[in-house]
Amino acid sequence: MQVTSAIREPLVTGGKTMHDITEDICKRVEEKPSMSWLIAFGFSVVLFIIGCLSLASTWWYGIGVWGLNKTVGWAWDITNFVWWVGIGHAGTLISAVLLLFRQKWRTSINRAAEAMTIFAVLCAGSFILMHMGRTWLAHWALPLPNTYGSLWVNFHSPLVWDVFAISTYLTVSTVFWYVGLIPDLATIRDRAKLTLEQNPLLATDTPAERAEKKKKRRPIAAFAYGILAFGWEGGSKVWARYEYVALILAGLSTPLVLSVHTIVSMDFATSVIPGWHTTIFPPYFVAGAIFSGFAMVLTLMLVTRVVYKLEDYITMEHIDLMNKIVMLTGSIVGVAYITEFFIAWYSGVEAESYAFINRAFGPYWWSYWAMMTCNVISPQLFWFKSIRRNLIWSFVLSIVVNVGMWFERFVIIVTSLHRDYIPSSWVYFRPTIYDVGDYVFSFGLFFVCFFLFAKYLPVINMAEVKTVLNSSDEQAKKLAEEKLKH
Amino acid sequence: MENKKIYWKGFEELTNDLEFVKKAEKEFPDFLPIAEKDEENNTSRRDFLKLMGFGMAAVSLAACEAPVKKAIPYLNKPEDIDPSIPNYYATTYFQDGEYCSILVKTREGRPIKIEGNTLSKVTKGGTSARVQASVLNLYDLERLNSFMDGGKKASKDSVDSKILSALQATNGTIYIVSNTIISPSTKSVIAEFAKKYPSTKHVSYDAVSAYGILKANEKSFGVYGLPNYDFSKAETIVSINADFLGTWLSSIEYSRQYTQGRKLSKEKKTMSRHYQFETGLSLSGANADHRVAIRPSQEGLVVAQLYNEVVGGGSSPITDKNIAEKIKKAADDLKAQKGRSLVVCGSNDVNVQILVNAINDALTNYGSTLSITQANYTKQGNDEEMAKFVEDLKGGSVGAVIFYGTNPVYDYPKGKEIADALKNVALSISFSDRVDETSKLCKFITPDTNYLESWNDAFPTDGNYSLTQPAISPIYPEGTRQAQDSFLTWSGSKNNYYDVLRGFWKTNILKGQAFNEAWTKALHDGVYETNAKVATVVTPKDSTQKETKPAQEVKPVPTTSVAFKGDAAGALSAVSSAYKADNAKTELAIYQKVGLGSGAMANNPWLQEFPDPITKATWDNYALISKSYASQLGVETGSMVKVTVGGSSITLPVIVQPGQQKNTVSIALGYGRISTGKCGNGVGQNVYPMASFQNGSILYAAYEVAVAKAEGKVEMALTQTHQTLMGRGHVREANLTEYNKNPKLIREKYDIFINTADGPKKPTELTMWKGHEEAYNKNHWWGLTIDLNSCTGCGACVIACQTENNVPVVGKQEIINAREMHWIRIDRYYSTDADTSVKSMSNYEKMEDPSENPEVVFLPVMCQHCNNAPCETVCPVVATTHSSEGLNQMTYNRCIGTRYCANNCPFKVRRFNWFNYTNDEKFTTVNFMSQSDLGKMVLNPDVTVRSRGVMEKCSLCVQRIQAGKLEAKKEKRKVKDGDVVTACQQSCPADAIIFGDMNDPESRIAKTIGITKNEQKDIVLEDERAYHLLEEINVKANVTYLAKIRNKA
Repeated sequence: MQVTSAIREPLVTGGKTMHDITEDICKRVEEKPSMSWLIAFGFSVVLFIIGCLSLASTWWYGIGVWGLNKTVGWAWDITNFVWWVGIGHAGTLISAVLLLFRQKWRTSINRAAEAMTIFAVLCAGSFILMHMGRTWLAHWALPLPNTYGSLWVNFHSPLVWDVFAISTYLTVSTVFWYVGLIPDLATIRDRAKLTLEQNPLLATDTPAERAEKKKKRRPIAAFAYGILAFGWEGGSKVWARYEYVALILAGLSTPLVLSVHTIVSMDFATSVIPGWHTTIFPPYFVAGAIFSGFAMVLTLMLVTRVVYKLEDYITMEHIDLMNKIVMLTGSIVGVAYITEFFIAWYSGVEAESYAFINRAFGPYWWSYWAMMTCNVISPQLFWFKSIRRNLIWSFVLSIVVNVGMWFERFVIIVTSLHRDYIPSSWVYFRPTIYDVGDYVFSFGLFFVCFFLFAKYLPVINMAEVKTVLNSSDEQAKKLAEEKLKH
Repeated sequence: MENKKIYWKGFEELTNDLEFVKKAEKEFPDFLPIAEKDEENNTSRRDFLKLMGFGMAAVSLAACEAPVKKAIPYLNKPEDIDPSIPNYYATTYFQDGEYCSILVKTREGRPIKIEGNTLSKVTKGGTSARVQASVLNLYDLERLNSFMDGGKKASKDSVDSKILSALQATNGTIYIVSNTIISPSTKSVIAEFAKKYPSTKHVSYDAVSAYGILKANEKSFGVYGLPNYDFSKAETIVSINADFLGTWLSSIEYSRQYTQGRKLSKEKKTMSRHYQFETGLSLSGANADHRVAIRPSQEGLVVAQLYNEVVGGGSSPITDKNIAEKIKKAADDLKAQKGRSLVVCGSNDVNVQILVNAINDALTNYGSTLSITQANYTKQGNDEEMAKFVEDLKGGSVGAVIFYGTNPVYDYPKGKEIADALKNVALSISFSDRVDETSKLCKFITPDTNYLESWNDAFPTDGNYSLTQPAISPIYPEGTRQAQDSFLTWSGSKNNYYDVLRGFWKTNILKGQAFNEAWTKALHDGVYETNAKVATVVTPKDSTQKETKPAQEVKPVPTTSVAFKGDAAGALSAVSSAYKADNAKTELAIYQKVGLGSGAMANNPWLQEFPDPITKATWDNYALISKSYASQLGVETGSMVKVTVGGSSITLPVIVQPGQQKNTVSIALGYGRISTGKCGNGVGQNVYPMASFQNGSILYAAYEVAVAKAEGKVEMALTQTHQTLMGRGHVREANLTEYNKNPKLIREKYDIFINTADGPKKPTELTMWKGHEEAYNKNHWWGLTIDLNSCTGCGACVIACQTENNVPVVGKQEIINAREMHWIRIDRYYSTDADTSVKSMSNYEKMEDPSENPEVVFLPVMCQHCNNAPCETVCPVVATTHSSEGLNQMTYNRCIGTRYCANNCPFKVRRFNWFNYTNDEKFTTVNFMSQSDLGKMVLNPDVTVRSRGVMEKCSLCVQRIQAGKLEAKKEKRKVKDGDVVTACQQSCPADAIIFGDMNDPESRIAKTIGITKNEQKDIVLEDERAYHLLEEINVKANVTYLAKIRNKA
């Protein structure tokens, strides 16, 4: 069906065969943990423990340990929440929207991106719980039947919309990710089973070979992945249904890509606070979310690519394409920043125009200009192909973008709140060690999850990558034949 | 010896009851089934075990619940105590010269709140922050619960017998050093004591002295008293260093009078004009129409020049053009309004005060705006006698000293000398309720009862008497005793003070009336007015009256006029030589803060956390310096400076204060306590030792002071850090002349319109909200209005609200973290020199800087109870909702603490419980009201104490609304206007706050703001001054403000 231009770069390089793909990806799951993985995982566990200690104090003493005050009621907590939710956007965008647009290059990054999405949304969720004064009553934000009379949630409140949006997003993303995992899990299961008696392939082996293979038995893996694989047997009917499910889930997820951050933006847009009360927020937040999500995928994939030697799967072409998206969304965000300023002036509303002047030149000018530099100026470097295709540049800029996006949320939340309508309440917010500590917690949680994922689950969607493997043209055939001779 | 005791299980064993003996040997009683199946009871052993198991589980579950502590029902219910129904007792507050007639609200026998007594002709229902906070002193954990003998607890009897024998043995003078005593009965007790011990001398001593005025009045009119001022009758008020709205003399009374003269209405189109000449920016200066900064060393000359201008002739000692010009202006106004003007001066120099008297006399003000025939006795301290006492103490001629209501080791300029000499006195007794700086050094402490536990009377001004009655029986009946009873005991009297008091009233004050009825009525009202001749009591060496007057002399009925016989010319020349027109040195002005005053109540956390009306600082005192002086020193707010006067120096932080005279430093008294209790110890620096003596009276200034930058910088605990309005229209103001010419002026200037295709529209016309009219039409529609023209910014409401609503105290660090919990705050804004119409970046920066001598506005802000409340829509769990009567309500139980409501509140009035203030160790010291059994007694049982993680805010005293509604319901009628009074309204000495039902066209609030509905059923405020905060965002507040009008020349 797909017409691929001859001059287009192959999506998988290095003349990989189907078997090579299976080997390359499964090896990481089957091998003993490497030293580099152990170090990275150990580091994230340390982060996680430090974060847990900070979080324990926060919960024990109350959120007064943070730097919040009577005027600035949200700062790092909601900044971090929005930041993580934003990061969590790339996964669904890559797997759902790009699937619908038949962007085949997505196949080698979608698995990790989706995993990242789920972990990022978990981190975001942890901040929703954390920021509450009485976390132990968090379930009251859910429309649960209760014995308090006809007490219901407030459907006017954007926070309730958030609860629905985030939980829906988390559910759909998890299901989508998991459904995509099933064929690959089955592959790993089969490879683990390969050494078992009941495997029909063993029948052809000599007794010596059989004994050799028996030594390599991995019954626990076979059992565990067997359960996770849901009894996948790879028949064409199953494949057909699998593809339908993927398509339906993609269709379901696509609106979510837009809705989640739209709703998060409404936390601010529906308020009366100058700097929050802005109709531009929904598209601007979605663009920002994709921007930061892609940057995070880039950060993670650039590392994974090197550590797991996946250069043939995540090629320069992938990095180039993602950098282009970063550049595009960064520019959209930049336009949004400028539009806000224009509207603030054009509206003639005193508090509104002051809020924006104060953003850029008030006490928090440094955060505003950090945001502008990181989000608007730095992605413009990606106009140069050499920078787009330079690993170091891409890596550094991907981090810069996420720093910038953190500042964007900080700027929106804190600089709008700290000087709103009545000057007597104007204050300057300063974070405390616990603000930082609880942020560290989310990093700990994220990386612990991500490294566990990277070790125990296939980081690249083998089944889908195989479908984009170019195996029918002359050169590919030649390569395959050569391999067979060996 | 062998123990022969025998225990028996019951009378049955003792009497060898047959039945008992049979069963005694059995381990289990018969009725417990031991067999597998008991046919009779149909229960098996298994059932028994099951039940046992269930019982155990049930008990352990039940044990998880918090036990109910100390809920003891009445065996016989006291007649007048009904659970949940408050009782009010009229009584009198008097401390450091501040007199206030009050009602004490008690619940189940515990005083929980102070309200102003509207029957009083003196304070007229007003209170101050200190009066409001005084209820907490009753439950102060630092109060002594035992008599003290040499620093150790001792029994009453042993202390009494030791004191008695020491008193009898002494051959030196027995000094009673008391603060001003306005109770005639107490004086009679002291007189009786003096009769028993003839060597007794009574010295009246005020921590903050007004001796200059007293002496000047004695010289001018032969009356040792303060004049009775009536600011309401004055068209022109000139005040020189007298903060009469804040701390000067009877400021509650003056606030009421002053604001009466400033109020505007449809009928009243005039208001007084107020000139203030002062060093630091005081509360009065902040309210003045014209304020001029002067040096303390110019004070006398300003009065002299004013005298010259008013009386005519004489030289002009003031060389500063600006000051001279303003004096001329003030004098012109004064002369134009003879008999309707008033000059007051805070100086403690007798010569200056004689000149002030001469000016008022020349203006024929005596008899109209002030009266000396109707004198005020709330300050009687005699600095010269006090100095004599200190000399005697040092000289060793003092045999015994009794400190009554005073703490001179702390608050006398030569306190250290007293401390050193006190060791050599044979007998020293203090009545202090705690181990303070003075009582610590005394041999005995016989703790006085709190005023809420005591009987007493008061004679604050001629013609006005009032009574103090206990609202609770003494909390420590064994460890405390009312001072008067102690005096009586030591005089050998068999009477108790209550009998003496009644006897005194019977024979003197209520003479010739049916005593029981009259007494009961006086006790009920708390006040008693009379113009009849009443005997006054004179204690030996009591300067209230002349020494020559015999005890029990009859005071003449006040006559209408007394001729001025002071030596004005002599005073003028004395003043000219004592003061300097332009001193080159830096000078120090010592002042009192509105919250803490003299510092006697320094252990009161409410007052420590009370934001100063001007600086908005809490938990500290500081050196106030002008901006130019600060840049000269290279310091800014928070930098430490060392201030040296003579030999003594203190190091304290700086606050850069607009309005401060350029080369002066102002430092507040009342801080630097070292022995008052955990809350107040070590807060700030003691500046009393820097006061000196001038002309025999204490001078609260120093004409030469060295200020040097010191190491370090601290964060100041300020509740407001932004000083100016940034050109926004939150406080509407106009000048009287222009306003009278065109009342619409204010609306024209401040109303905001939105440009639409159909022309400019009011924000209320463009709305998605359905409105609440339908709901409100059914019943009440509560509203509050605040007259910014009346509000002086004193802050009594802040403490009243805190007391009423159990608002926690959070301590200095949390104030630095901007987390104060006050439900009502008083915003204070300074004017700026920048052009506020230019909205550019550079200009915004300039707008942040206040003027050098700014105009000041106060804006009390509490929850505005918006009809279209932004907080209500955003709460995810419906914890904040709108009532059908216009209230924005908080349901604490439902709140999960997302703080979204606080973020979305455009007024930033919501307060969050960041910590568990009622349990967290960090707050034990400052918030003992919620953390100790004694402190908890002050909590209002009608208001929930909020837990950690919960949002709170002003409820418009919903508990009071409910009480008012219930009362009306019982009487089968609608709530009348005035049935419900909010705590802030009740406390306001300026009558600036009106609460009421806006649906009721006859209510005061509806009439004041002129509320009507136009054709679109839109609410219209008819009064030109009435407005809502932030009308432009259409939140439709139910709190209204009336614009401020100034009367500038």
